[in-house]
Amino acid sequence: MIGQVIFGVLLIAGAVLFGLRVKTIRRNILLGKDIDRKDRAPERWRNMIRTALGQGKMVNRPVAGILHIVIYVGFVLINIEMLEIVVDGLAGTHRIFSGSLGGFYNFLIAFFEILGAGVLIACVVFLIRRNVLRIRRFHLAEMTNWPKSDANIILVWESLLMFAFLSMNACDFAIQQISGEGSISFPVSKYLAGMYGDDVHTLHLIERFMWWFHIVGVIGFAVYVTYSKHLHIFLAFPNTYYANLEPYGRFNNMEAVKKEVQLMMDPNADPFAAPAPAEGEQPGRFGARDVTDLTWKQLLDAYTCTECGRCSSECPANQTGKKLSPRKIMMDTRDRVELVGKQLGKDGQPVDDGKALLGDYITEEEVWACTSCNACVEACPVNIDPLSIIVDLRRYLIMEESKSPESITVMFNNIENNGAPWAFSAMDRDKWKEELL
Amino acid sequence: MEKTSIQVPTVAEMISRGEQPEVLFWVGCAGSFDDRARKITKALVKILHHCGVKYAVLGAEESCTGDPAKRAGNEFLFQMQAMQNIQVLNAYEIKKIVTACPHCFNTLKNEYPELGGAYEVVHHTQLLQDLIDNGRLTMSGGGTFKGKRITFHDPCYLGRANEVYEAPRKALEILDAELVEMRKCKKNGLCCGAGGAQMFKEAEKGDREVNVARTEQALETAPNIIATGCPFCNTMMTDGVKHFEKEHEIEVKDIAELIAEANDLL
Repeated sequence: MIGQVIFGVLLIAGAVLFGLRVKTIRRNILLGKDIDRKDRAPERWRNMIRTALGQGKMVNRPVAGILHIVIYVGFVLINIEMLEIVVDGLAGTHRIFSGSLGGFYNFLIAFFEILGAGVLIACVVFLIRRNVLRIRRFHLAEMTNWPKSDANIILVWESLLMFAFLSMNACDFAIQQISGEGSISFPVSKYLAGMYGDDVHTLHLIERFMWWFHIVGVIGFAVYVTYSKHLHIFLAFPNTYYANLEPYGRFNNMEAVKKEVQLMMDPNADPFAAPAPAEGEQPGRFGARDVTDLTWKQLLDAYTCTECGRCSSECPANQTGKKLSPRKIMMDTRDRVELVGKQLGKDGQPVDDGKALLGDYITEEEVWACTSCNACVEACPVNIDPLSIIVDLRRYLIMEESKSPESITVMFNNIENNGAPWAFSAMDRDKWKEELL
Repeated sequence: MEKTSIQVPTVAEMISRGEQPEVLFWVGCAGSFDDRARKITKALVKILHHCGVKYAVLGAEESCTGDPAKRAGNEFLFQMQAMQNIQVLNAYEIKKIVTACPHCFNTLKNEYPELGGAYEVVHHTQLLQDLIDNGRLTMSGGGTFKGKRITFHDPCYLGRANEVYEAPRKALEILDAELVEMRKCKKNGLCCGAGGAQMFKEAEKGDREVNVARTEQALETAPNIIATGCPFCNTMMTDGVKHFEKEHEIEVKDIAELIAEANDLL
């Protein structure tokens, strides 16, 4: 009975902590500006099914991709077993479905065990890839202590959960062999049974320990994930659903600029009349200086990033040793919005802490190193768009602060004066034609 | 082949004759002013002329699309340029545009419609593919490239940005050369280093230049020719080849130049 109460309390505590954190993350994401991503629902569903559910982009790198699918399928399907564990925990029963499901139960447990073993192997290989093999993207500058530990903690945690799950079954297998009751095949864990001896009392204790370790571990993992880089297990789905459906090359035409340009181009407009702000419109700034200038989708991107680094490994600037790393852009954005979220005033509005995403997190040097080639966007398995943030930061630098590398200013002046980015006279534009005569 | 003299018509001239161009050739700033890119412009004009395409240019009425300004964050300048160009294009009732610059192509195709400028915009490799498919462009010279190895460098703003991967390859196929792909190609292609307004500034500090990294990948295919579809990529790859001191063995040429050469048009 006491076990059931403790289990119930843990379950509720986990759910509350998880729920509160989800609320905080949701609030932080909604600090971003609005953007309409509710159109074209059928395309969005297809995108989500192919990219998130179907792991479509993961297999572009076959080794990591296939191992990831093993963990993903294992994670999703083994969670069906959680149903029994939760019912057992609350009702004080043991393998409550084994009687009613009969042969199908045997099949399910066997299936979960094979998946579990697959997850365990994949996690170990991933740990080796991260810590032993010198894979460049796991060792870039932004992979400081915490991001490295975070990734390792998750892999070790998942490994331990699978080990506990299999050990729990192994004990049940040993007890089944000794008592002669039950006929569950336990195709994987039976090989572990030898580790736990043949004393039924001890086996029961170990089985209970592993059962509790597993379920407490799962609840803890669910809460930990919300504080870690691992949120992609949930957010990959909304993030791919709300992803940009336009060609990558199409950058948005800023509405605020459109109005002013139209006014400037209109010969009938009163040159001294300031454009009247539309009703309810905030006098926003051009481009982005801080996370609150970004859209909610860009902030959702940041929370979805699991720091795999495929973006940075494809980035031409990063490959050639420049400071820019698209993954760091996403990590900085999340770190910043987390801090801004912690510092909200009583009115729920961000307070000025004298810091900003641009300058305190992302430097101008990083922003200017981008070739806007979209390799990062293409590489991301969950459709994150680091480029859009980089462009918004550039827009702020140019349109609010007039800060750019000198040669860029020269280029702007040339376009303005000559209609070309170089200092050639517009009248010479068709000189080449003479060479054909 | 005898050197033919070509009078390139402007839209204004054509309209004053009571005619409309089948397609407007948007030359772009590089194609107009850059010495190397002008050769691409002339090659394309020769092909258009050869195939009897009714084309025209805007001449002095053409102005920068605003692409480099937009990528560098100057949305004001971009939209000013766009509105001016759209006024000109709409006044001439332009329906179809071809350009040899993927940056112009992307901007005209994707960013102008919302500002009131909706046209059918094609990259020159798409037009070349069309001309080949319709039988308007056939190989008369032939043999020039037989046995040569050609590798195509995907321009980011043609490839990833607009998913045009086949047209340039189809256009190269008729050269009867051996097409070899770099290990990073199509959607995984590596940038030449010029995009996002990098063409107009010094690169940030790093351990090497992007164009050198990309040229290295091209050299891995042991090509005779590196084919490009963008004047900026052309510059970057040409510099890259010089970096490796291979300029006497390997040519960097636009697809339009290769096709014009195969047809003895140059």
